[in-house]
Amino acid sequence: MIVLNGQRSDMRAGETIAAALARLGLDVDARGVAVAVDGEVVPRAEWQSLALDENARVEVLTAMQGG
Amino acid sequence: MRLADTVSVQERDAHAPGEDLLTIAGRTLSSRLLLGTGGFPSLELLAQAIAASGSELVTVALRRLDPTLTGAGRGHGRSLLDVLADAGVQLLPNTAGCHTARDAVLTARLAREAFATDWVKLEVIGDEDTLLPDAPELLRAAEELIDEGFVVLPYTTDDPVLARRLADLGCAAVMPLGSPIGSGMGIRNPYNIELIREAVDVPVVLDAGIGTASDAALAMELGCDAVMVASAVSRAQDPVAMARAMRAAVKAGRLARGAGRIPRRTYATASTPREGIAEFGDGPLAHD
Repeated sequence: MIVLNGQRSDMRAGETIAAALARLGLDVDARGVAVAVDGEVVPRAEWQSLALDENARVEVLTAMQGG
Repeated sequence: MRLADTVSVQERDAHAPGEDLLTIAGRTLSSRLLLGTGGFPSLELLAQAIAASGSELVTVALRRLDPTLTGAGRGHGRSLLDVLADAGVQLLPNTAGCHTARDAVLTARLAREAFATDWVKLEVIGDEDTLLPDAPELLRAAEELIDEGFVVLPYTTDDPVLARRLADLGCAAVMPLGSPIGSGMGIRNPYNIELIREAVDVPVVLDAGIGTASDAALAMELGCDAVMVASAVSRAQDPVAMARAMRAAVKAGRLARGAGRIPRRTYATASTPREGIAEFGDGPLAHD
């Protein structure tokens, strides 16, 4: 089980961040997107390769009006 | 369209030669008005307000991507980032909503990834009702981010000592509040804002609490180098007109500061000389 933006998803350990992005309708070239896994930033260069661990908490963030 | 014509005339004016420039961390800006993007009812209004404000530096937040969102963020039409790119503005990501140094630092790192900028408007909130900054957490986050090479613009209380501490750490500017975020109460302690201007060598950007144009003008008259507005524009009845008003107010306040105001006096000082005043009635003649 992987937690994606605060919600349990049916993603499994071993899937990549690119797969998580795809579930949100994004590809790895999406502009203005950043990803954290378990409280650490994951650079864009690792989105295709980094495999998620079981119970990983993935945050996919993007630009929002604010401030 | 009449509105668009007005905006384009003002844009040319903003880039007129000889205008005094604001420099933050080596970057030169011709506008002394920073604009927040929060609270605008539509991206179209945001785009028009940016143009009307003349602002070159605008804040943006980072939030979870909502897959169901079809309006402002993604889906149909232009995204927020498209609008900001078209406006030609520099992004100033914020850490709004963070309550700890740890969360603020992580948010800044994510913003650097997302927006390819080292600049961050650092907010670490200590109280939900007033949204006042948490000073110890703010100092901790500022220190860490500066170590990591960020250009840090901290949102701070109007405390001259805290502002000096932040500047001493290496913050590129300090952003003291006039009053709580979104309160529209203006500058509650003008004396402290003047003290902050004296206390630090980096730019002072009055942030938060501005309600209307006179508040922005006062900030500049007190010696601030720039003013940041968000709600005052975005939640005004006519955001584009208020953006234009803020732009004029910042310019007027800046000019007045440079011009040097007269001292305040308790009693009147006539501006018309008494000499040569006519005498009516039956008083004695001067040579009697």
